[in-house]
Amino acid sequence: MSDWTRKTAAELADALAAGETTSVEITQAHLDRIAAVDGAVHAFLHVDAEGALAQAAESDARRAAGTLLSVLDGVPIAVKDVLATNGLPTTCGSKILEGWVPPYDATVVRRLREAGLPILGKTNMDEFAMGSSTEHSAYGATHNPWDLDRIPGGSGGGSAAAVAAFEAPLALGTDTGGSIRQPGAVTGTVGHKPTYGGVSRYGLVALANSLDQVGPVTRTVLDSALLHEVIGGHDPLDSTSIDQPLPPLVDAAKQGADGDLTGVRIGVITELAGDGWQPGVMTRFQESVDLMVAAGAEVVEVSCPSFVHALATYYLILPAEASSNLAKFDAMRYGLRVWPEEGASAEEVMRATRDAGFGDEVKRRIILGTYALSSGYYDAYYGQAQKVRTLIARDFEAAFEKADVLVSPTAPTTAFKLGEKLDDPIAMYLNDLATIPANLAGVPGISVPSGLADEDGLPAGVQILAPALADDRCYRVGAALEAALLKQWGAPLLDKAPALEGPSA
Amino acid sequence: MSDTLIAFDDVLASYDPAMGLEVHVELNTLTKMFCGCPTEFGAAPNTQVCPTCLGLPGAMPVVNRKAVESAIRIGLALNCDIAEWCRFARKNYFYPDMPKNFQTSQYDEPICFDGYMDVDVDGETFRVEIERAHMEEDTGKSLHVGGATGRIHGADHSLVDYNRAGIPLIEIVTKPILGTGAKAPEVARAYVAQLRDLIVALDVSDARMDQGSIRADVNLSLSPKGSGVLGTRTETKNVNSLRSVERAVRYEMSRHAAVLGSGQKILQETRHWHEDTGVTTSGREKSDAEDYRYFPEPDLVPVAPSREWVEELRGTLPENPTARRARLQAEWGFSDLEMRDTVGAGALNVIEQTIAAGTSPQAARKWWLGELARRANEQGLLVDALPVTPADVARVQALVDEGSLNDKLARQVFDGLFAGEGTPDEVVAARGLAIVSDEGALSTAVDNAIAANPDVADKIRDGKVAAAGALIGAVMKEMRGQADAGRVRELILEKLQ
Ligand SMILES: [Zn+2]
Repeated sequence: MSDWTRKTAAELADALAAGETTSVEITQAHLDRIAAVDGAVHAFLHVDAEGALAQAAESDARRAAGTLLSVLDGVPIAVKDVLATNGLPTTCGSKILEGWVPPYDATVVRRLREAGLPILGKTNMDEFAMGSSTEHSAYGATHNPWDLDRIPGGSGGGSAAAVAAFEAPLALGTDTGGSIRQPGAVTGTVGHKPTYGGVSRYGLVALANSLDQVGPVTRTVLDSALLHEVIGGHDPLDSTSIDQPLPPLVDAAKQGADGDLTGVRIGVITELAGDGWQPGVMTRFQESVDLMVAAGAEVVEVSCPSFVHALATYYLILPAEASSNLAKFDAMRYGLRVWPEEGASAEEVMRATRDAGFGDEVKRRIILGTYALSSGYYDAYYGQAQKVRTLIARDFEAAFEKADVLVSPTAPTTAFKLGEKLDDPIAMYLNDLATIPANLAGVPGISVPSGLADEDGLPAGVQILAPALADDRCYRVGAALEAALLKQWGAPLLDKAPALEGPSA
Repeated sequence: MSDTLIAFDDVLASYDPAMGLEVHVELNTLTKMFCGCPTEFGAAPNTQVCPTCLGLPGAMPVVNRKAVESAIRIGLALNCDIAEWCRFARKNYFYPDMPKNFQTSQYDEPICFDGYMDVDVDGETFRVEIERAHMEEDTGKSLHVGGATGRIHGADHSLVDYNRAGIPLIEIVTKPILGTGAKAPEVARAYVAQLRDLIVALDVSDARMDQGSIRADVNLSLSPKGSGVLGTRTETKNVNSLRSVERAVRYEMSRHAAVLGSGQKILQETRHWHEDTGVTTSGREKSDAEDYRYFPEPDLVPVAPSREWVEELRGTLPENPTARRARLQAEWGFSDLEMRDTVGAGALNVIEQTIAAGTSPQAARKWWLGELARRANEQGLLVDALPVTPADVARVQALVDEGSLNDKLARQVFDGLFAGEGTPDEVVAARGLAIVSDEGALSTAVDNAIAANPDVADKIRDGKVAAAGALIGAVMKEMRGQADAGRVRELILEKLQ
């Protein structure tokens, strides 16, 4: 009997189509895997076994009746806990939302349901997506399946770890400054941040509205493309969503898998390499570039001088937007309510609730953002950051005149130890150095595993960035690189990950 | 503790007033500013809400195109420029009836700016310059339970109704209004009244001040006469009738003058207006540096109305109210004083509609500015809020004209209309109010009156016709008013001469 948890989503879809299995069987296999390993990994905050199996049974009934909703009908998925799910708890990794059950679905969740994907549960994350390690979850850290003492990246460490630990074939993540791509890199999985406006944000509990995007978290490039086509496209409920059709993403991934990159110009970003980058990560990156060249690509060096200001810019815009977004958590209508004393006023309840309900990192960013927006400081901070943002977008424009895609290592290092950077916010923020520029400019980017770093045997990733609306280029080049690496390795990278306790071990 | 005041005339001897008016207009769109919830007034609390207007995590706003259209039409009617490109902004502050703890409003990029309105007071025209008109969403409504005053202070707990949260508002802000002197209170009132007329003519709002669909904030400061230096201002919030606008300006001028006259400084603050006592009381202190941390709303894209659309909307504007008044005055033959009273009473529309229903201009004016204005005043309403329609008034006057009613009976018909007894004809029938035209009964009543008052009858026989009044009164009394006084007089004179 096959172990359905080791299959990719595309393989599961094929097996379902061939009648080799049922959605109930696949879903049950993943629920069993979660039961076996999630005690150690802690990728999930909430598992909906009953709901997932019921949805799987409906999918099997549709298959019998010949009324399938999509290619992925019946393939289960995990959803980051920052996305509103009707009837399922949504906490954003925060105490302040403990017990909140949304009365509505995020658009992407509705699209999953409309495509027939059973929802396994909600995955762990840094509180309100603020972090690069998932250690800032109010419900405990997620552990990297490659080494349980290490971080799985963040903020979407839960989704990446769930996929890396074979607890789910697919997951949804969100990426504000790298929260899909960096966890992908450090867990040996694939994650794509779509073009800003390419996927609806309606129902995504906003961290920074002008930076956030929902995207796929998977083990292969093709699976990401398949999931992206389910969730993407215009949504009238999100005014910032782009009203035009998605480019053909699955076709691009399939084209790339042929391994031919003839005529594709690959731009290596000068500013995203060098000192301070882990040698093993850089070695794997250089090998990846070499493989792309071997596949026919042409390499050019591109300089994006404004990128050196990206981190500072990001840490003004993000806290500013977040400080305002998080104001709604005031104990008046939902979530936690703390009474400091009998007969306390509304203001006192708000203060006590926010004090008890938010973690330190969230408070740190609320204070930063409140300051940056304050009268007299706005121009110097928020206003200035918006100007630098424009410069970064111009750097991208100039770079994309010379290259079809830009590449860099996804993160400067492999997974660090849990607790290692918890007391050093700046060191933590530096993890997102390479991923942040794409969010500031709204361009898409995919992270693909590049292999294991020699020093520590832990996964590293390559990031492939494309111009806005050209997500298909990420998928084509990503799939080509993935195919070349697979040929070199002989087996998927995750086969090298240590076996966790459980039926697949 | 009551404020010390200075007599109004004395204020003007020493100070020049400067006013600024901020008027919030609740639009009459079918749905809210940023979601599809209905806007109907008076629904059960928290029944017209959704994730967006409740500020649930993850929900997002979408701009109501109809609200943008209304904003542009208001701006055009106020002679404003319409922005080619503007954004919404978040105004951040915490308040329990604000679902997101920020209000989605506009900041430095209003959709309408740099306009004006010419306001007429006693035949004099004052140009009120409009700084801006911008779009925003209303907040929810707090109900404070358990306190004596209904205010939050002393309340036991509060309830919040979010039905109003997200209703589209247009805030219209004037530039400082200077040079109005003694007429400041009347200019303020006339501005709001004319603005209200304009809003009604545009059909963009219910324009009911009593229901809060038009709310005025009155900013006022005094400067030493002739100095031209603006003084410290106070902002009196939620002044919700035309009469109160005038009274609030008058009150604050007197209060400011008293404070300044005693050598003290005016505290920059918001003040509450008390309709019942006609005074303002101190609200919260407000500094210019009050920090709402405005920034562009990142969940919305800019509003960029095409010039074609703006011109199309310009074509839908109603007649300018000032021009309309001049036209109607000429058509109706009203004197300046009559016209001023008509406008002042807010009776222009109802009189126009009554005339359109067939009543003479003078008769329509007589009812609306006399009997009906008196009743409206008693009830603290505007004439157009009375339970009597222009069609009712036209019908009553028609009955008078055909001799079925006299003025006294007509007033009783209005009693019936106010009591909700149906149409004028139904009230006449049910109350038996029609004039008795039965000559026999009338003749008997006249005979009775002559017999009962022989002295008076003799005087009339002697040619003192003026004495007939006493007999007419007696006859009318016996007929319980239901007689045509003219016919009674004729009968008396016939019988005695
Ligand atoms: Zn709503």
